Formats: sequence, structure tokens, C-alpha cells
Amino acid sequence: MLLQYIAIAILIFLSTALAGLVIVLGELFGPRVKTNVKSMPYESGMTPIGPGTRRMPVRFYLIAMLFILFDIEIIFLLPWAVVFRKLGVFGLVEMLIFILILLVGYLYAWKKGALEWE
Amino acid sequence: MDSALILEWVIKSAILIFVLLTGFAYLTLFERRALARIQVRIGPNRAGPFGLLQPVADGLKLIFKEELTPAEADKVLFTLAPVVTVVPALILAAVIPWGRDVTLFGRQVSLSVADLNVGVLYIMAVSSIAVYGIVLAGWSSNNKYALLGGLRSSAQMISYELALGLAFVPAILLADSMRMVDIVEAQHPWWFVVIQPVGTAIFLIATLAEVNRAPFDMPEAEQELTAGYHTEYSGMKFALFFMAEYAKMIVISSIAATLFFGGYLGPGVDRYPWLGPLYLFIKIVILLFGMIWLRATFPRIRYDRLMAFGWKVLLPLALAVTFITALGIVLEMLWLIPVLSLAAGLFTVAMVHRALRRKAYARA
Repeated sequence: MLLQYIAIAILIFLSTALAGLVIVLGELFGPRVKTNVKSMPYESGMTPIGPGTRRMPVRFYLIAMLFILFDIEIIFLLPWAVVFRKLGVFGLVEMLIFILILLVGYLYAWKKGALEWE
Repeated sequence: MDSALILEWVIKSAILIFVLLTGFAYLTLFERRALARIQVRIGPNRAGPFGLLQPVADGLKLIFKEELTPAEADKVLFTLAPVVTVVPALILAAVIPWGRDVTLFGRQVSLSVADLNVGVLYIMAVSSIAVYGIVLAGWSSNNKYALLGGLRSSAQMISYELALGLAFVPAILLADSMRMVDIVEAQHPWWFVVIQPVGTAIFLIATLAEVNRAPFDMPEAEQELTAGYHTEYSGMKFALFFMAEYAKMIVISSIAATLFFGGYLGPGVDRYPWLGPLYLFIKIVILLFGMIWLRATFPRIRYDRLMAFGWKVLLPLALAVTFITALGIVLEMLWLIPVLSLAAGLFTVAMVHRALRRKAYARA
């Protein structure tokens, strides 16, 4: 079964080579006439004010943290789902408790307004 | 391990990439024609019969376009970002079985590039990598629109990934395995869309958000962000982003078809295994047409509502659906699963309706 990963490695290699080829094709055949105006950031024709990368809202970090929390929960659910028929009622109750504990955190985040986007 | 095996893998990989590229080219044409028909236009029909050479013309045009790199962009990341976006989109299709094993040139050949026993996990892992490409593209462009588009896109994709990941769980529960072939074979009398209709709906909605398609195409909202994360890209680098988006559409439709719509199963597939790829192809085309139809029908959802929908509606509903599926299996009453999950789905729709109506009253 582990041998199958070699096939995926081959596929990754081929598709990376293809993407590189596409970029090289564009570099080879596309004209390159540099002017100052052309290499400005595109802002619908207005002259940009200030730097392009600036501080971003903290909301995005919050979402990322919540994502990690719940993604780990899902990762635990996947192996549980595979062996579920062997576990039976025990597995169901066990997972119910696990989900309930996480649900408390979810409700807390909701009530604290972490899921609002104002 | 012999050299014939490696040759087989190389050939299968090359065929897969070729199929995805051809599919991408003709999906753009299909989308333009279908959208045009829905909007009572004709669409591109000049290049070749029925416009069939239009993708070739587009590709050739893009090759000869000038590639702009903004002066203050991070040059390395700016070139790397399209590659990082397109590679996961192409390799995602590796685990999808196109049919039962066939005998070719005296060899037993399985019709998938890699038959992993953790196929579903592989799909989850690889589809997450695509976020990197989009964030890198937005950040390295040194453009405010691109940065905002990249941020929005990453937040949206990780939010809907939760619902997407949970939507895999009912399929695994019902099939007892993470191998894609086992999941397909477990759908023999009943497709999983019949047993778990709400899980399928959650999966389809979440995939729309994952591939940034309308009505969830906030990262590319033309009216406010010009073109989102790929504002500064032109020429073949832009083509790579486009390729990634459309290849991902095809692959994710094939995943949906495999997990919930019976994959390569269909009437007569037991006797003629070669019908399998054909059935899968038909199912993919129908799902793709659904995606295009949705784009033509629904307006874009506002960003705060989009995030609220993912976190407050889809995530709890997906958890409930997972639990209902497990309950039905433990009680050995499979008919209970569609009944209870449809009830949960209807309850959710009613709650969303109520919340929206209350908001409308508050505003008036």
C-alpha cells in the first residue's frame, strides 16, 4: 500500500513540471516592455497611496484559531468513523461526549461574538 | 516493484493531467456557452465549429501576452504562487477511481493513479494546500485589492473546510472505510445521496465555497476588489490560476460523484466494466452544469453573511447529520437516517428564515 505513494510523487513531479513549463512558455513568447506606470500596483487607474501590504483585521486570526480547534475535532472523527461499526453503542456515546465538550466551546465563542463579522 | 509498474504510474499520471487540462479548456467553453444560453445570448461560436477551437485561441493569445510583475512585488513568491495553486488542484484527482480493475496487455490495472487506504484524508489534506497559493499570491503582489482578496479567500476557505470535512464523515460511516473504491462499492443498492441527502447538500454547498465559485466568489468580487488575489497577474501566470480553479471544479465534482452519487456505478456496469468511466463522466458533467447554473442564478452573498452561514448554520448542521448517521447505524435502521436528517435540514432552513425575517423587521 505504501508503494502507492510513489505514484503520487510521480504525479506531483509531472504537474510541477507542467506548471513550470507553462510559466517558461509565457516568459519566452511574451513581450517585455517595462515602464514606470506599468509596474505600479493596479488600483483602477488611481495613484496608490501608502504601502500595499498593511495591517490586517484581527478577525482573520480569530477565525484561523477557531478553525484549528474544529479541524482537529474533525480529524478525530475520521478514524472514529472507520471503526465505528466495531465500537457500536460505546463509540456513539463516547463521541457524543466528545462533541458535547466541544459544543460548549463553540457556544462560548458564539456568545462572546467571535463568529460575528461587523 | 518492477519497472513496468513505474511505467504504468507514469502513464496513468500523464493521462490524468492530460484529461484534466482538456477538461479545463472545454469547461471554460462549456461555461461560456451555457451562461450565454441562460442569458439569451449565443456565446463564442466563431473559432471552429460551434466555437470548439475557442480554448485553443484563448491559450495561444495568453502565451503571447506581456507578463507584468509589479515593481514592489516579492518576485520569487509572485512566480511561485500560481504553481502552488495549480499543483494541488491537479494531484487532488489521484485517488478517484474511474472504474473497477481492468486487464490491459495482460496486466491487472486499477483505474486510479493511487489506491490509498486513506483516500478521504488525502483529499482533505491536499485540498487545504490550495489556500497557501491564494494567500501567497495576494500577499506577494503588494496590492491592496490583492491582499484583501487573498485574506477573504483564506478565511472563507478554512471556514467552509470544516463543513466539508464533516460532510465526509457520513460517507465514511456508511462505507466503513476511507478507501474510495470501498466507498463506491458500498453504494451498491442505494447511493449515499439517498441515505444522507442533507450531508450531500452540505458537501455541495461547501465545495462551492472551496473553489470560490458564485455565489461564494467574494475573493474575486469584481465590483469591489477588481479581481481579488490575481489582480496583478497577466499572461500565462493568470492562465495557471484559471487552470487551477477549473481543474478544481472538475475534481471536486468527481469527488462529490464518487462519495455520494455512486461513482462509477450504474446499470450494466457489472457486466461491462468499461461503462464505469462513462457513468462517472456523465455524473461529473451534470454536477458541473449545476455549478454553472447556480452561478447564473444566484447573486453574490455578502461577506459577513457568508461567514455567518458557514460557522452558524453549516457547521452545527453537519455535526447533527454526522450524529444522526451514527445513530441510524447503531440502531440498524437505515431509513431513520434520511428522515431525521431531512427534519434537521428543514428545521435549520426554518431557523435561518426566521433570523433573516427578524433582521428585516429590525431594519424597517
